[in-house]
Amino acid sequence: MNFLRFGLRRLAEMALTLLAASFVIFGAMYLAPGSPADFLLSGRSASPAALEAVNRQYHLDEPFAVRYFRWLGQLLHGDFGRSITYRTDVSRLLADRLPSTLLLVAMALVLVVVVGLVLGRIAAVRGGAVDATILVTTTLAVGTPSFVAAVMLQGLFAVRLHWFPAGGTGDGFVQMLWHLTLPAVALALYLIGMLARVTRSAMVEVLGQEHVTVALSRGVPRRKVMGRHVFRNALGTVLTTGGLIVSTLLVCTVLVESAFGVGGIGQLLELSITTKDFPTVQAISLTMVGLFMAVNLAVDLAHPLVDPRIALAPRRSPA
Amino acid sequence: MSVAVLRRPGLSRLRTPRAPLYALCLGFVTLVVLAALLAPWISPADPNAVDLGNALAGPSGAHPFGVDSSGRDTLARLVTGARTSLLGPLGVVAFSTLAGVAIGTTAAWRGGWLDSVLSRSTELVFAFPGMLLAILIVAVYGEGLTAPVVALAVAYLPYVSRLTRSLVLAERQRPYISAYLVQGHSAAQICLRHVLPNVGPVVLAQSTINFGYALIDLAGLSFLGLGVPALTPDWGRMVLDGQTAIQRGYPLSAIWPCVAIVLTVVAFNVVGERWADRVARRDR
Repeated sequence: MNFLRFGLRRLAEMALTLLAASFVIFGAMYLAPGSPADFLLSGRSASPAALEAVNRQYHLDEPFAVRYFRWLGQLLHGDFGRSITYRTDVSRLLADRLPSTLLLVAMALVLVVVVGLVLGRIAAVRGGAVDATILVTTTLAVGTPSFVAAVMLQGLFAVRLHWFPAGGTGDGFVQMLWHLTLPAVALALYLIGMLARVTRSAMVEVLGQEHVTVALSRGVPRRKVMGRHVFRNALGTVLTTGGLIVSTLLVCTVLVESAFGVGGIGQLLELSITTKDFPTVQAISLTMVGLFMAVNLAVDLAHPLVDPRIALAPRRSPA
Repeated sequence: MSVAVLRRPGLSRLRTPRAPLYALCLGFVTLVVLAALLAPWISPADPNAVDLGNALAGPSGAHPFGVDSSGRDTLARLVTGARTSLLGPLGVVAFSTLAGVAIGTTAAWRGGWLDSVLSRSTELVFAFPGMLLAILIVAVYGEGLTAPVVALAVAYLPYVSRLTRSLVLAERQRPYISAYLVQGHSAAQICLRHVLPNVGPVVLAQSTINFGYALIDLAGLSFLGLGVPALTPDWGRMVLDGQTAIQRGYPLSAIWPCVAIVLTVVAFNVVGERWADRVARRDR
């Protein structure tokens, strides 16, 4: 019951934030200098009649509030408007490109979680030289932006060694996996470093607690203590970074997809910005914010399951 | 009583870097800042001098770091590019620190509805990844460094304002504040003369760490060809230009700006962490 109420409350909060985000996104486009009609006609001089026709077709002659609520109403029906550049429905453009982006993000997420957790765990458990090596490596990883990693990986593994394709998306699932391997690694590198550090410091903190000493002194096998008592306890702290991980992954797809020419929504966002295709930009921004919030909600709901000591309560700012 | 610096999780509770690493990083930061300040005088060549006949040539006496695909000297572009690459993050950090401290202090001191309004709007900004906000603003206002800097400053503001708010809330409980209030000092005077100097070091450590992240975000924007105008030397832009050269098998002109970005970010992170640790120890 408590769980249900907490979930509903967070869902309502999420809807409100999403509404505010949609207002920001729509408002930003509305404030753009120059009339949208100029972009639509792409610099051609038009007769006043043609201009009026364009204005009426895209409802540019109506006040801001009317246009905002019309846009919002269409969104609720799954209608993102028409792309100015591609002359098709934005929802179709998104549906075509979302799978490769989601696959890319999923691959990167698996890499981040598996490699990050394992590295952090090894660093905390082994200590000494292994710890120092992992610490230095992750310091470098945390300082490496995803686009730098993308360009370097492309130069080394695609151009020099020919192990992987240099770009593109590929057809069929296996080909897609093959093409998205390097982009996924580039996307994951920074976050692997981050997650490894969080895991390590969370585990080191638990390691210093008395219950670990007690368990070890009573002869519980070290492996078991590390797994059941230390790692398990540290997971709650690690989970709080989930939102940051996913938001970084989503935004950095723009950089990595452009670097590798992957035909996903990140690359579409970059192309739509250079061509001032505002309906597409709005739709992608809102999709990204929505995905990010959904993940945050999932993390909040999963937190008490992973760490039962956490009471279900609306998030409060500290102090 | 002590309040931990609200770092991004990746770097929180990092073990204090050993002294040589810190000294090395501080030295590198100084070097980059000096290069940016003195760029017009120490740059070995004109960063925009095109020499197509010499394109993609390797390192030589005249061009110690080689040249890019338009025959422009890489070292000169690195040195001059340090200006835009550091100026942008500096703007982000300066603006977000000033506004964040003002908002955080006001929210903590006044409390009540003002506090909840400010905290709510902070959470809204948190829902927007900073890069996405910057990309949106650039989409609307086109080329130029000002728009992305302001957008990123707004995106970074919550990190500073939330930290300041919790610091000031803790500071308010201390007896010296009541003593000043009883003596009839005004709230503004107490905040400016006594509270701010006390919370300042922690906020500055946070801002130093933010500098590295702002550098990454701004370099990413110029890698997309957004923000910095096309001909201005900038590290992110150099990576974009170098990418085509890499695909043709000449990696050198892309490697240098990549190395510059990574080292600078790492150096700022290590220095910021060290300061944060030092402040945390002093508080204890």
